[in-house]
Amino acid sequence: MKTIRYIIQKEFKQIFRNKGMLPIIFVLPLLQLIILSNAATFEVKNVKFGYIDNNRSSTSRALLEKFNASTYFDVLTVFESQKKADEAMLRGTIDVVLEIPNHFEKDLETRKTSAVGLTINAIDGAAAGVESVYVHQIIQSFNKNISLSTLQSLDGQTKPLSMTSIPSFWYNQTLNYKTFMVPGILVLLVTMITLFLSGMNIVREKEMGTLEQINVTPIKKSQFIIGKLFPFWLIGLGLLTVGLIISKLIFDIPIVGSLGLMYAYTSIYILVVLGIGLFISNFTDTQQQAMFIAWFFMVIFILMSGLFTPIESMPAWAQTLTEFNPIKYFVQVMRMVMLKGASFTDILPQFLKTLLYALIMNGLAVWSYKKTN
Amino acid sequence: MKRFIGFVTKEFYHIFRDKRSLFILFGMPIAQILLFGFAITNEINNVDIAILDHSKDATTKEIIQKIKASKYFSIEQFIEKESDIEAVFKKGKVKAVLNFEQDFEAKLGSTHKATVQILTDATDPNTANTIANYVNAMLAKYQQERNAGIAIPFQIVAQTRMVYNPEIKSVFMFVPGVMTIILMLVSAMMTSISITREKELGTMEILLVSPLKPFQVIVGKVVPYIFLSVINAIVIIVLSIFVFKMPVEGSFFLLGLESVLFIIVALGLGILISTISATQQTAMMISLMGLMLPVILLSGFIFPISSMPLPLQVISNIIPAKWFIIIVKAIMLKGVGLQFIWKETLILIAMALFFIGLSVKKYKIRLE
Repeated sequence: MKTIRYIIQKEFKQIFRNKGMLPIIFVLPLLQLIILSNAATFEVKNVKFGYIDNNRSSTSRALLEKFNASTYFDVLTVFESQKKADEAMLRGTIDVVLEIPNHFEKDLETRKTSAVGLTINAIDGAAAGVESVYVHQIIQSFNKNISLSTLQSLDGQTKPLSMTSIPSFWYNQTLNYKTFMVPGILVLLVTMITLFLSGMNIVREKEMGTLEQINVTPIKKSQFIIGKLFPFWLIGLGLLTVGLIISKLIFDIPIVGSLGLMYAYTSIYILVVLGIGLFISNFTDTQQQAMFIAWFFMVIFILMSGLFTPIESMPAWAQTLTEFNPIKYFVQVMRMVMLKGASFTDILPQFLKTLLYALIMNGLAVWSYKKTN
Repeated sequence: MKRFIGFVTKEFYHIFRDKRSLFILFGMPIAQILLFGFAITNEINNVDIAILDHSKDATTKEIIQKIKASKYFSIEQFIEKESDIEAVFKKGKVKAVLNFEQDFEAKLGSTHKATVQILTDATDPNTANTIANYVNAMLAKYQQERNAGIAIPFQIVAQTRMVYNPEIKSVFMFVPGVMTIILMLVSAMMTSISITREKELGTMEILLVSPLKPFQVIVGKVVPYIFLSVINAIVIIVLSIFVFKMPVEGSFFLLGLESVLFIIVALGLGILISTISATQQTAMMISLMGLMLPVILLSGFIFPISSMPLPLQVISNIIPAKWFIIIVKAIMLKGVGLQFIWKETLILIAMALFFIGLSVKKYKIRLE
């Protein structure tokens, strides 16, 4: 026990001696939490909208007025021709163009139906889909308005059926993206710091040659590893704590569930990450290699965690792969406990998987760590 | 010049001798782009939902059938009472519950109106909103079918044309982004680490007493990485064309030049990082912790920049990746030439000059 304490002391001294590292460990992640949480939104706002009105009738003007009044569409630019509009889209100055044909009003009067042309820049498919929904919603409500007077005169027999749906958004009524993103980004930062620090730690001693010196001392393998990893475990929990305080104070994120449960889960989760870091350390000779591998897995873990893109939409093989992604479980647990107030039994599956993962990873790491090279 | 060439040759030897690093350097980008190109999509498919049908009549059954048949939803379970909703949400099993009101069909018959409640787990606002929209669209379609024959007086229909990506493939969005993070991080990380490594191991002093000029030392260290990054860029472009069927509407030559330009920007950033860090650890933490999330989040790779708050839109301008992503999409998908992207190109050139200039100024000939 005494030996472990000394190693921990040594590790802490080494971390805190390096003045350049301190701000990177503590300030950089929290700064990113504060700044980047604002960036992550799928909400489509300020759509750059343009139109071509070949009709210039009162109806077309009324329709365009609807778009003007909508909060989704930002700038209404008028174009002389489709060609001019296409060019603006090529330049990237507009993303949606509505073209009203010159027989628009006449068609409505004579045939009671009329078509408008809608061109959407679909490079970002998801945004294009949302933009299309916005446009259709506006047109539909316009349709309803001009139809209303005629409908009232119809008798019961021919009155069209109407099914309405009432959406109700649980846990996040205002659809606030920060509520969704802040816990997720906090997870990423805790994971990145603990993985990168632990991943290069032992390999650094290898590269510098100091590992050999430790190996000739009577320290046991397990003591050495525990002593090495404990400081990072504490740093991870410390980051979580400061991150939670920031979430509450700056972003006003609700913390519905039990803090104790969150800490209990995080304590085990960090062990998984540290195990991975140690494992990487054992299999590399230089810090450079260790970093590359850590970075490789980190990018995959981040993008396949369900944090930014939904896991259900991935193909089946990819969904199976995400079972091995610790970040996925952490993101799920954070959101479930923090935002929904899930209990221990609700997160039991994630808890057990993480625990198993921690056991396997650390088992492998200790097994592959060789005191003699 | 001869000395310089000798030095560069030595650096190449160094890199090629380390087979493991080389494997990592070339293997990982390929693995990543394949993985992401196939797996990542921000479309919403197969969302698990639950049904709470108080009415259980022919109409609600028909609507449920339609929902079942769509690729957007899969019905995870049927629940019987309101009080079960909270439990299924808390377990995270379903993302939404459709709650059909009592006597759905009867109400349609008598008042011509009936209501479905869409309860969504809005901890993920994007999915929640999209689910609500999809359900709405499906109801509207069903309604239209039932109403066929009853003329609805006025109807404006929009004929939608999706340009540049008519099939709305999200891989078209992700390939340029993944290409950008790979080039950015590989180039910036590799150079910053390889220079600080010399410092940390003490071999930099030996280089500095050699007859090579300091800037020759730096350039000599960077040249092999330019070479490696260019190969990486080529591999990624080839994969995106043959595996993901990404079009390259514009000029290959221009795409190549712009990629080289971006690689130089990233390498310049890497050199700058190495001048301010004493150890490999610091260099790596700055390039990994400092670059990874901002590049992913502020570049427009996943999240639209135009939706961000204004201060962040301003900050996004200093992220080189943002400009490169615009350029790659413009050349590959829109097929434009330099006349449409000269502004973005100039910004990248200015960034390259700035990073390299600043590192030259900060670079100390003597180590303390």
